[in-house]
Amino acid sequence: MAARRPYVRPMAGWWRRNPFYIFYMLRESTAVFVALYALQLLYGLYMLSIGEAAFDTWLASLQHPLYLVFHTVALAAALLHAFTWFNVAPKAMPVLYLGTRRVADRTIVWVQFLFFFVISAAMIGLALGG
Amino acid sequence: MTQQEINIEVLRYNPEKDSEPSYETFQVPFSHETSVLQGLQFIKDQLDGSLTFRWSCRMEICGSCGMMINGVPHLTCSAFLRDYYPGKLRIEPLSHLPIERDLAVDQTDFLQKLESIQPYIIPKETRSLEDGPFKQTPAQRERFYQFSECINCLLCYAACPQYGLDSGFLGPAAMALLHRYNSDSRDAGQAERMPIVNAQEGVWGCTLVGYCSEVCPKGVDPASAVNRNKVSSTLDYFFRFMAPRGASE
Amino acid sequence: MSKQMPKRSNEPVFWALFGAGGVLAAFVLPALILITGLAGPMGVPSADVLSYQRVSAFAASWPGAFFLFLVISLSLWHAFHRIYHALHELGVHRGLPVVRVLCYGVALAGTLLTAFLLAAG
Repeated sequence: MAARRPYVRPMAGWWRRNPFYIFYMLRESTAVFVALYALQLLYGLYMLSIGEAAFDTWLASLQHPLYLVFHTVALAAALLHAFTWFNVAPKAMPVLYLGTRRVADRTIVWVQFLFFFVISAAMIGLALGG
Repeated sequence: MTQQEINIEVLRYNPEKDSEPSYETFQVPFSHETSVLQGLQFIKDQLDGSLTFRWSCRMEICGSCGMMINGVPHLTCSAFLRDYYPGKLRIEPLSHLPIERDLAVDQTDFLQKLESIQPYIIPKETRSLEDGPFKQTPAQRERFYQFSECINCLLCYAACPQYGLDSGFLGPAAMALLHRYNSDSRDAGQAERMPIVNAQEGVWGCTLVGYCSEVCPKGVDPASAVNRNKVSSTLDYFFRFMAPRGASE
Repeated sequence: MSKQMPKRSNEPVFWALFGAGGVLAAFVLPALILITGLAGPMGVPSADVLSYQRVSAFAASWPGAFFLFLVISLSLWHAFHRIYHALHELGVHRGLPVVRVLCYGVALAGTLLTAFLLAAG
């Protein structure tokens, strides 16, 4: 009898092997833009604390095309994050019941999108309308 | 009807001779109803009797014949050669599991994990025969039913990169079955199973890739079992001092 | 099978912050990026959108400060938790304490700095 010699395959480059994994990594990479945007907001807050001149310098610097490109990409990343987050949220939530009927995952997803549109519209309305 | 032929590329590994696996291509005739499993059986019966793979029921019940078909985990009994024609098929043993020989993987790790979660009802009270059966409402049954559909085929382990990166992770099916028993109104074993859930190798090895639930042939949603238990584990972590486990129930 | 008790993970702390940040980021970041990153700097619809007076009044108000604190700190906890796990997935091993300290350290430092700036301002 030959000895057993189970072969373990390497994992290097695993995420390129399947379109599902590539999309997963794209989802995870939204975190880079969330982090950069938060740090950039924090920097703005710091400039705000120094005074009006510093704040205006910061605001003017944001008009640079590179910053506009960054914020456009960050906006796309934030939207992808929101979309994927809402879609997996039912998997992490305790099962909800209305009476004895289980609330469908799809319903939970749509309620979140509804809230998302209401909140976004309110924020944009308050910031740009007022 | 004219018979067509398709190329099947199979990952071969003979632990007695090979230092690593390599591909071998076979030409296999097929008709409209030839399953991938039947294609492999043709190879074994007609072309190379040494080809090793597992199978039993041929009807998506036993869970033995899971393999990677063109990189996707499938039960080969319910995949059909016609769907890959005129392309070819590349068949490999289930990803993330050690290859025993050819298309057969080593299932030891999963079987130990399955045993560790106590996959049986731990009764709330000892009952005698005269007490009759445990009764359950349809709503109570609904809470665990889909998780009880698991056939231990391991497609979800082949779909889970976290298990591939760290085989210490309990993994999708074992967690789905743990959740199945915890969610059963007749069971009182949650406190006993909770330490497994709370460990780094329990629910915390998961990042919700979600592919496990996509590939399950029985419609089980292991990703939800794992992630609902992240919530239970988090509650258990923060509130464990308020109500010591075992004091109630 | 050994009947040894598995060790309880501290991951719930980081996962709770990750989850809270993920929810908040999903609901408010797209609109916020549109306002502070695109409309504000470009002066659409008016140059007044991100004027110093307006922004400092917002940051000085209780609800405004609370909102900014939550958005910045929770976004950082959310993002660095994901980045930390992604680094492990790309082969930078999870066990490396440097990576862990670096990721969660930035989130903690950002949280403290945000709190300090909002409290001082």
